[in-house]
Amino acid sequence: MEAASLPETGPASRTPGRSAGDFVLDNILWVILGGALVFFLATDFTQTLVDIKTGLSNGTIWALIALGYTLVYGIIELINFAHGEVFMIGSFVAVSVWQTFEVSAASSLLVIVGSMAVGLGAAMLVSGSLNVMIERVAYRPLRGAPKLAPLITAIGMSFILQNVGLLWRGTPDSTPDLIRSQKEVFTLLDVTIVRSDIFAVAVTVPLLVALLWFVGSTRYGKAMRATAQDPDAARLMGIDVDRTIGLTFLLGGLLAGAAGMIYALYNGTIQFNQGFTAGLIAFTAAVMGGIGNLKGAVAGGLIIGVIQALGDTHAGGRWTPVIVFGVLILIMVFRPQGLFGEETREG
Amino acid sequence: MTAVLGNVGSTLRTVRSAVPDWVWALVFLALAIAYPAMVSSDLLDASINSLAYIIMALGLNIVVGFAGLLDLGYVAFFAIGAYVMGWLGSLHFAEVNGGEGIHVLTNKVAENLPGIHLNFVIILIAAAAFTALWGALLGAPTLRLRGDYLAIVTLAFGEIVPRIFENFEGISNGRQGITPVDKISFLPGQTPLAYPLELEPVYYVALVMVLLVLFVNRRLRDSRLGRAWIAVREDEVAASAMGINLVRTKLWAYAIGAALGGFSGAFLATYKNTVNVDQFEFGFSVFILCMVIIGGMGNIWGVVIGAVALSMVDRFLLKELNGIPESIGLDFDVTSVNFGIFGFFLVIMMVLRPEGFLPSGRRRLELHEEAVADDVASAVAAEEVIEVRPKA
Repeated sequence: MEAASLPETGPASRTPGRSAGDFVLDNILWVILGGALVFFLATDFTQTLVDIKTGLSNGTIWALIALGYTLVYGIIELINFAHGEVFMIGSFVAVSVWQTFEVSAASSLLVIVGSMAVGLGAAMLVSGSLNVMIERVAYRPLRGAPKLAPLITAIGMSFILQNVGLLWRGTPDSTPDLIRSQKEVFTLLDVTIVRSDIFAVAVTVPLLVALLWFVGSTRYGKAMRATAQDPDAARLMGIDVDRTIGLTFLLGGLLAGAAGMIYALYNGTIQFNQGFTAGLIAFTAAVMGGIGNLKGAVAGGLIIGVIQALGDTHAGGRWTPVIVFGVLILIMVFRPQGLFGEETREG
Repeated sequence: MTAVLGNVGSTLRTVRSAVPDWVWALVFLALAIAYPAMVSSDLLDASINSLAYIIMALGLNIVVGFAGLLDLGYVAFFAIGAYVMGWLGSLHFAEVNGGEGIHVLTNKVAENLPGIHLNFVIILIAAAAFTALWGALLGAPTLRLRGDYLAIVTLAFGEIVPRIFENFEGISNGRQGITPVDKISFLPGQTPLAYPLELEPVYYVALVMVLLVLFVNRRLRDSRLGRAWIAVREDEVAASAMGINLVRTKLWAYAIGAALGGFSGAFLATYKNTVNVDQFEFGFSVFILCMVIIGGMGNIWGVVIGAVALSMVDRFLLKELNGIPESIGLDFDVTSVNFGIFGFFLVIMMVLRPEGFLPSGRRRLELHEEAVADDVASAVAAEEVIEVRPKA
């Protein structure tokens, strides 16, 4: 597998004695984002704080999906286009589990907690295995093919899975509000923290910590990092590269499944085409954090969540997708290495 | 399977070279002209759609097949062309000129209506020009990008453009869309073509449009610009070292590819009598991309066949298959999962025969380096390879 060079990065290499203007140009996105945030805080402090809270809480979902993009891209330099659909299937599995148990918000606490745990586990397992299967069917036969070929099969897989979802649930399905998600927990600086915020953090943070530990401290993680750095050298060192790639897809799928379950719990409705938009948003987050950079993907997810919440408040929900896609284009064209500017791989 | 297809390909080449090309062209033209007399109106309607899709597929083929820039947002140009038709040939701007309307060389029906009404030919040219401009504008920021990053950025444009149209209700009438749209006519004061009752004249209009686009495509492919596109596709660095101006070459590919999308989009807007934001989805971009890939990237005739085959499959074959899931005890319609089936086609195609059914010679060499030897032999037989030695 050839390590294809990353697209040329925007800003020139750092030269000593640069002017302030160069600094602004290099960090134009930071300047825009930070400036907008300061402006909104200055004009409507409380509302902006509420937006930030909502954004961070929703951003956890994007962060979980973005990690899947970033893991896969870091290791085989492929945009797993079907990843959004993996997330969608995770939602569907979780909701199916709840429908089987016939739980609702009125059920006893034990049943609710039990069914949520089972739903989370099932969603993660199904999405994880599905992602491994996608890799087997659509990407593995095309190792070494021109780069466009796996991207096109990825689009094909994404359409197939979307239609699986369509056959599974043709109409948008409502989901039970198991945790009474809008119930207040406490208030901080006039911002009401509701149960869903706590829940998002409670599910996401352990998963993120576990992932970082896995990639950073286990033998498998070491194999993944070695493969990402140089697949051929890794193979020479006795690493089973194909299995490592499969494992990477498995991890990405597990996280997407978890995101799907949280999304189903929050959103009230799920539908077969939710994966496409969610996938694009999460991909934006991954690029924002610097693709291949795990912590960056999390930060990107949270930032995108905040951008969306602010967009909903100030521009209206109709414009939010346009804003997010605009950010995607800006980042990919002007800062393909992401906001944090770390190259993940030598080109 | 691949081997079988390869044999079919070489057989086809043998058949093709049996008589000179202009004979084939005449045969096809005669068939195309006689076609409406032979088919039902339902099939004729589908054929008109196919002709419009051929133009789009040829446009996308310039960007993807010739210049090698994977564009996943082609639907944006369909949208822009369709809206130009909607602006310049409908009741949409009913207030202009104090409710009197603006009329330029327009037909008998439209000249008494408020709103802007230009001649159909003028609108087609305007749509192509306007879309070309936008093609170059949207292409400009993507010039530095390669491969999958390029694909994602174009996809984002393809998502943004229709949403912007939808959100500015003043120019698009929002979710309702612009309807009705002026019918086709050529001479001022003429009675416009009366479709959907009479489809034959519209078919001929579409046929002429396709022939024109085919001509343009062939001339472009063999021109200096076309060779520059192919060089850029093969190796950007080498091409630029050979003195090809990458920026200009790529922008022309975007502009001309987009212009054909707008050209076809304007025609489809009047044919479907509506410009509605629901038509402009990512799925449509992939639908057109499927035509290019399944037909054979970079091969004009392959793309034409891919476009006809895929649009007809979408229209008729899947309906025929609707009974199958029921017979095996599943409860769904095949038509509802048409995009899933196209996705399946894409995966199978890429794994088994990435160059498409009728690949261009160069593509085939690129994607199957191990099987080149016998291909070269057959290519020599078909006189595709230029003889280097001077003929004594």
